[in-house]
Amino acid sequence: MRTKAETPPDAYPGPVDRRATVFGRLAISAVIVAAAFGVLLLGFQWLRAQTPTDNAQKALLSMAAILWGVGGIALIYVVLNYVVESFPPRLMRAVQPYIFVGPAMAVLAWYLALPTVRTFWISLHDRTGESFVGLANYVAVFTQRIMFEAFRNNLLWILFGASLTVVFGLAIAVLADRSRFENIAKSLIFMPMAISMVGAGVIWNFIYEVRDANSPQIGLLNAIVVALGGEPQAWTALVQPWNNLFLIAVMIWMQTGFAMVIFSAAIKGIPDELLEAARVDGANEFQVFFRIMLPYIGGTIITVLTTVVIFALKIFDVVMVMTGGQFGTHVIATQFYRQAFTNQNKGYASAIAIVLLLTVIPVMIYNLRHFSEEEAF
Amino acid sequence: MAAQAPTAPPRRRNRRRLLGEFLVNGTLFLLVALWTVPTLGVLISSFRTPWDIQTSGWWTILPHREWQVVEEFPKPEGVDPDGIMEIAGVQGTFEAFRQGIETPDGRRVVWVGNKRLGKIQIQERRWTVRTDFTLDNYRAVLGGKTFELKAPDGSTFTVQGDNLIGAFLNSLTVAVPSTVIPILIAAFAAYGFAWMRFPGRRLMFITVVALLVVPLQIALVPILQDYVKLNLNGTFLALWLAHTGFGLPLATYLLFNYIHTLPRDILESAFIDGASHFVIFTRLVLPLSVPALASFAIFQFLWVWNDYLVALVFIGAKPDVQVLTMRLAEMVGSRGNDWHLLTAGAFVSMVLPLTVFFSLQRYFVRGLLAGSVKG
Repeated sequence: MRTKAETPPDAYPGPVDRRATVFGRLAISAVIVAAAFGVLLLGFQWLRAQTPTDNAQKALLSMAAILWGVGGIALIYVVLNYVVESFPPRLMRAVQPYIFVGPAMAVLAWYLALPTVRTFWISLHDRTGESFVGLANYVAVFTQRIMFEAFRNNLLWILFGASLTVVFGLAIAVLADRSRFENIAKSLIFMPMAISMVGAGVIWNFIYEVRDANSPQIGLLNAIVVALGGEPQAWTALVQPWNNLFLIAVMIWMQTGFAMVIFSAAIKGIPDELLEAARVDGANEFQVFFRIMLPYIGGTIITVLTTVVIFALKIFDVVMVMTGGQFGTHVIATQFYRQAFTNQNKGYASAIAIVLLLTVIPVMIYNLRHFSEEEAF
Repeated sequence: MAAQAPTAPPRRRNRRRLLGEFLVNGTLFLLVALWTVPTLGVLISSFRTPWDIQTSGWWTILPHREWQVVEEFPKPEGVDPDGIMEIAGVQGTFEAFRQGIETPDGRRVVWVGNKRLGKIQIQERRWTVRTDFTLDNYRAVLGGKTFELKAPDGSTFTVQGDNLIGAFLNSLTVAVPSTVIPILIAAFAAYGFAWMRFPGRRLMFITVVALLVVPLQIALVPILQDYVKLNLNGTFLALWLAHTGFGLPLATYLLFNYIHTLPRDILESAFIDGASHFVIFTRLVLPLSVPALASFAIFQFLWVWNDYLVALVFIGAKPDVQVLTMRLAEMVGSRGNDWHLLTAGAFVSMVLPLTVFFSLQRYFVRGLLAGSVKG
């Protein structure tokens, strides 16, 4: 790589000279940038060509790939910045901010902003993407039975999943706040947050496992039911649409920890004097909870509820792993996946994705409003 | 405290407080049990033999009463399996004996085997524990080669390993860069938004805020088209970039919130001393932002490690790059009843996130409290 010494010194060049040096520098910059990207590309192609034969080789290649990825991104910034800092000061000051925010904006444009428009465009076309069909995909989305089922199920996920998550989260936060075992209890309830939804699906499938009525039940739920004198059931397959509740339980199990942590912090933020004053005035604990705590952390409850509702809207892995959408358990996201990648109906799938986007638009508007009210920016 | 409820005598008040404490801790304990028992069951089962898992619940490792054979003898001469038989003092048909007939003294007589070559077992309910633990399940799911397992009757059978070590390495190769890259890009951008003035700044940041809740499903179809055109499908780079894109709005937003609260005078004095933006960023702002970076790093790492959808779409059917969640989901499909493998596999996929989670919980919680929703 070239060093700074090779570029001509800055000391008072004439007007023609200066223009020449600027061009020279720009040319050198281009070469450096091209060289850096070339090195990265070669590295990528080399890594891609490797076929490890055993896990030891694979481990080495994994490390090489991680180094390439992490080092590559650092190299890009170092090189870009080196180039920009060799520009004349005025040009540098004008360009440098875009070196800092430019990559982020480029990635955001490619991965989120443009896809929104492109997905909308695809949604106006048929399954091959060749002929324009107008809003036909949307009509299909809102009239077909399979989508009705998905919408109904997502509604169940929101009604039961989101609300019970908030209720459990709040209850546990309040209880833990009064217990000596607060930290350990919170840690354990929080733990499912670290587990993948696929893993959680396995865990809960095991709970719901059903065996023939004559053999011992190995699923905990059926074992309890049988011990109480009931009949073993295939919980996630029977009595539609209520079988969905057994999938929703998984979400409650996973998200309650999140709600609890946020509520716990909010409860600790309530001034002690306020609670003490109420108690001195003769309020019992329920009154303290409903008349003081709840109104005080109302804003937090709304925030958590919003987050959990969005989570419920996008639920995918749990359904995919536990039932694969059978037995009337499809949701919007699983139908999207099925239409896009199993049925290869891109137009229809894109329409589903746009509908999903529309459902979170109110939250987006709220976020933007909240942001523009802030003085900080 | 002294002012509280002056009407109640002290002792009664004490008793009520104790009762309240008991109620609080009791309810809390029940809830904690409800939340931990599912995972515990899987953890315990992953160490049990396939035979034990299939024939008894994992809670049978605790002391419980179970029918156990106390006596076994060949079927008595002269009984007619097609009619009513009398064996060991009880009467019944062949079907009834197959189910087991209880004697008045609490024993059970069971016919084992078919009508011609049957044996009779006398069983008694006794306290017992099932503690036949093994590491074979982990051996089976971790390796990629075929190997032998022992059945309880002594015979061996070969199984194809699930090569979760390979998938584990893939998950690691996906997760580390998918965590570092967005953080670096977001930190640069956050610094730019916080400390530089340039045209388009506000509009760009509004874009970031607007994209915070956009569901990633919106991007999958067009991005997959791009990847097919660029021949990037099934590469780690494809996943890194995708996770970067989907994690970037939240990362930028969180890091901006942190970086713009850094004390202005430190940076200004560095600037006056002639340091460039790049030097200030790498030498001053990054080290000062470690708490925020750590919070988001844990968040993103767990998210990427546990992701299933993005990997499923962009890696698809290429087995040599599949990540853990995909392999596990595939095992659910292909080995749905092999609970000894599924439980071990599930635990392999959880080991790293659980370790990260329990060791760095403080940062994780801080990140949650500072953050909002991820698209």
